[in-house]
Amino acid sequence: MQAFLHQVLSGFATGGIYASVALALVMIYQSTHHVNFAQGEMATFSTYMAWKMITIGFPYWAAFLLTLLFAFVLGVAIERIIVRPFYKAPVLSVIAVFIGLLLIINSLSGALFDYTIKPFPSPFPSDAWYGGPYLSPHEVGMIFVTFVVLALTFFFFRFTPLGLAMRAAAENPVSSRLCGVRVGWMLALGWGLAGLIGAVAGMMTAPVIYLDPYMMFSVLLYGFAGALLGGIDNPWGAVLGGFIVGVLQNIAGAYLVGTELMVTVALVIIIGILVIKPSGLFGRPIVTRV
Amino acid sequence: MATLETSRPATTAAAPLFAGLSLRVWQIIGLAAVLAAACVLPFIISSYQLLLANQVIVYAVALLGLNILTGYNGQFSLGHGAFYAIGAYTTAILLDKTGIPYWATIPMAGVLCFAVGFLFGLPALRLEGHYLALATFALAIATPQLLKYKDFDFLTGGVQGIVITAPDAPGGLPLRADQWLYFFCLLWTIPLFIVAWNLLRGRTGRALVAIRDHPLAAATMGIDTARYKSMTFGVSAMFTGIAGALGALLAQFVSPDSFDFFLSVRFLVGIVVGGLASMAGAFFGAIFVEFVPNIADLLSKAAPQAIQGIVLIGCMYLMPTGVMGLVRALGHRLGRRVAR
Amino acid sequence: MRYRSILLPAVAVLALAGPAVAADAPGVTATEIKIGNTMPYSGPASAYGVIGKGETAFWKMVNDQGGVDGHKIDFISVDDGYNPAKAVEQARKLVEEEGVAFLFNPLGTPSNTAIEKYMNAKKVPQLFVATGADKWGDYQHFPWTMGWQPSYRTEAQIYAKYILKEKPNAKIAILYQNDDFGKDYIAGLKDGLGDKYAKMVVKEASYEVTDPTVDSQIVTLQASGADTLVTAATPKFAAQTIRKVYDIGWKPLHLLTNVSLSVASVMVPAGPEKGVGVITSNYGKDSTDPAWANDPGMNEWRAFMQKYLPGADMKDNNYVYAYGVSMTMLQVLKQCHGDFSRANIMKQAANLKDFEVPTALPGVKINTSPSNYHPIRQMQLQRWDGKTWVRFGDVITGGES
Repeated sequence: MQAFLHQVLSGFATGGIYASVALALVMIYQSTHHVNFAQGEMATFSTYMAWKMITIGFPYWAAFLLTLLFAFVLGVAIERIIVRPFYKAPVLSVIAVFIGLLLIINSLSGALFDYTIKPFPSPFPSDAWYGGPYLSPHEVGMIFVTFVVLALTFFFFRFTPLGLAMRAAAENPVSSRLCGVRVGWMLALGWGLAGLIGAVAGMMTAPVIYLDPYMMFSVLLYGFAGALLGGIDNPWGAVLGGFIVGVLQNIAGAYLVGTELMVTVALVIIIGILVIKPSGLFGRPIVTRV
Repeated sequence: MATLETSRPATTAAAPLFAGLSLRVWQIIGLAAVLAAACVLPFIISSYQLLLANQVIVYAVALLGLNILTGYNGQFSLGHGAFYAIGAYTTAILLDKTGIPYWATIPMAGVLCFAVGFLFGLPALRLEGHYLALATFALAIATPQLLKYKDFDFLTGGVQGIVITAPDAPGGLPLRADQWLYFFCLLWTIPLFIVAWNLLRGRTGRALVAIRDHPLAAATMGIDTARYKSMTFGVSAMFTGIAGALGALLAQFVSPDSFDFFLSVRFLVGIVVGGLASMAGAFFGAIFVEFVPNIADLLSKAAPQAIQGIVLIGCMYLMPTGVMGLVRALGHRLGRRVAR
Repeated sequence: MRYRSILLPAVAVLALAGPAVAADAPGVTATEIKIGNTMPYSGPASAYGVIGKGETAFWKMVNDQGGVDGHKIDFISVDDGYNPAKAVEQARKLVEEEGVAFLFNPLGTPSNTAIEKYMNAKKVPQLFVATGADKWGDYQHFPWTMGWQPSYRTEAQIYAKYILKEKPNAKIAILYQNDDFGKDYIAGLKDGLGDKYAKMVVKEASYEVTDPTVDSQIVTLQASGADTLVTAATPKFAAQTIRKVYDIGWKPLHLLTNVSLSVASVMVPAGPEKGVGVITSNYGKDSTDPAWANDPGMNEWRAFMQKYLPGADMKDNNYVYAYGVSMTMLQVLKQCHGDFSRANIMKQAANLKDFEVPTALPGVKINTSPSNYHPIRQMQLQRWDGKTWVRFGDVITGGES
């Protein structure tokens, strides 16, 4: 029983990592209707920036905030320079561009920062009261931060005019323009915010799994699965999906089929759920006008 | 005085295009020239270059399979590497464990992949766009895991893989083994392309494209979308599986590492660069998949992957609809000018 | 008259034949030896590409010092993306198009497996392959292929022997990477424990390289009630393991693969105090271990790095590996005494006697013979004390090939 609880909580912690990346994917999807496969690499690169600053001597929070700024600017820059020319291109061409971005950023991270792992500090003290035998203080703190970001994202999209404008720009650019929404800048803003959320995810994840150029690659895959499982147009769903994927993997590995087929079984279960609920657990069903 | 003029179409296939011959005739001449060149190739290039050419052909078949599904039918697949792997392993296991001759393993790989693809396509019917991408991606991730699974080791060779031997030319023919293998691959590629061409230009092709562009309208018109979509999955998997089987003979080795998730990504990139919904695009895509890593390696040792990414984005920038998209666009412009 | 018309072409032919490739020493001219190499410079294993970088710098250093017997080394290293099909292509390109004399240190078990048959059929040496798989010493079936480092299987056999000696009633848990590297450890433990394996090993847990963490696996392994843990994991996962094991309060006898013993890349990120008591083995020196801070051999390596790879990550043990294996290759070339035919190169590779490289542990010697294609079989156990690896026991020689 104890082991089971431990597995579930451990899965919850890993799921927190997936959830935080899933949020970045949701942000980019809600503002551009594209899934950016390079999101993980952008997050890793931003985390390297933070690492560099901390290594030089910046205090943690200064590096944290500066990195958020850097990530935001990086996101906007990538959108304006690389993604904008493909605005009218077919969906698959855009995906090819994202894959290209992934290759480039991943390679640059390795070339600039080497492949040896780097420890990354945690802002949560290792002897804090909220830690326990199953979850370290950082893991608890990370889950807390994920929920804070989730709440902010939800609030932003639902209750602010800017969030509404962004959603409108993604949903129906033509009508939005007619309403005075500056679609181009909405997209850039979406990328900037997604980059920012990604950087938070990266800086929360690195203390747990160590920083190296491939840090976010695997996280992205499962974050993607989690986001889709929960419904990619729904931040709450995506976060929940991330947690479910984390716990599911652990249970599958520990109790169902053993670790050699853990990933396979977890994914099969996810597909099974999607076949029953094709828009994700909490996604809105896609309605097409005839 | 303004009169109503019916505008002449820019060009028709039968109208004289150049030197008194129509576009259709020029296409046939071009195709024949390409085929002739392909047959002469093994005798004029080095053994290593022949290996590369052979790999391009194999990839072209694989990409044709993916293009049928994603380009013509709009079903997004991030997992075609899995079918390539299944085809390759079928051939490898049969050659390793049974006495079945190599040429018989190819259709067997095709049939098996058709079945797997069709069965996968059934639940996939419910999934659209990104969700289907996730399902196929799951397939791409699961396949190497299953290939490595220790309980299947007796069959798959586990992580060590299976080494096989390429066949020699059948008795009497004065060909080296690698030349024979090239022709053997051609013997499969040409009929497969003809089959695909036939399939795609007729009712089936139009049905597939209709399902891609307007699924509701297609259903309203009486097209059984479910049946078409799952059949397409099966056929697409079959093509890529046969390519995998041929690829196994070419590399003479299969292992789970040969078929990781990146392979599926490379295939997808290949059809996008070559041109979606285009058969010739499969070849251009195959050339891209095969040669860009080599070029990137020559340009940079420190970050060759970054070069690959830059080339990819550059290609997309210059040709957002792929090579064949560009060719078609140029063709239209040329046609308009000639028709004047 | 007539003589002039044939004299000139004859002289031309002779002049061309001079520096041209000798029929029995392909890849070799009067002034140059061409060496081929494949490395994963792109793709999921690109972290190992630094080995190629290190080797390229090494041969440049050799050239700066005059080469070998008046021959400069043309080291041609190409990317195979850790993809066996690509490795086959690149090997054939190197042998057939570039005309290299031999392949040196191609990396990866799948890549080397894919090209092994071809290399042996063409009788081209495939020397000192960069993989710890056990099978590269098969001199009977593949006389042109040779490994270099002690195999993972041998290392695991040494751990098995240690467990049987120190803790014969141990309950063993194994964490392994789900690829040839990790599975070789399972094989070695099975060798070493024999029929006791089924009784002693209570749980095996694997992970994929693409997994983000191994926390779940550690929890599973602890829950099995094991009191001994063997970890066959690459650095990132090894660090996670050491830290997690400590954090959950589990105190097993912990045996760690030597792939992940780097002080700066594993032990420090894990938390130096968290790994106290971990045992590993090694045949070489870790560049970040304070024990070797003033060691002449490692200083030689440091000087090389500073001059030829300034700015490179000195904490990356892959550069130490590159230096060691290249020194071995250099020794083989020196032993050729100018005869760089493939047959002689292979002969000398199988003729290393008590050769020591500056980056190997004291007492570890490289030995090969026509019936021994495992150059390094010796290792020494060492224990982490919170600051450095403390060697104990004798230098052990691993199992027979």
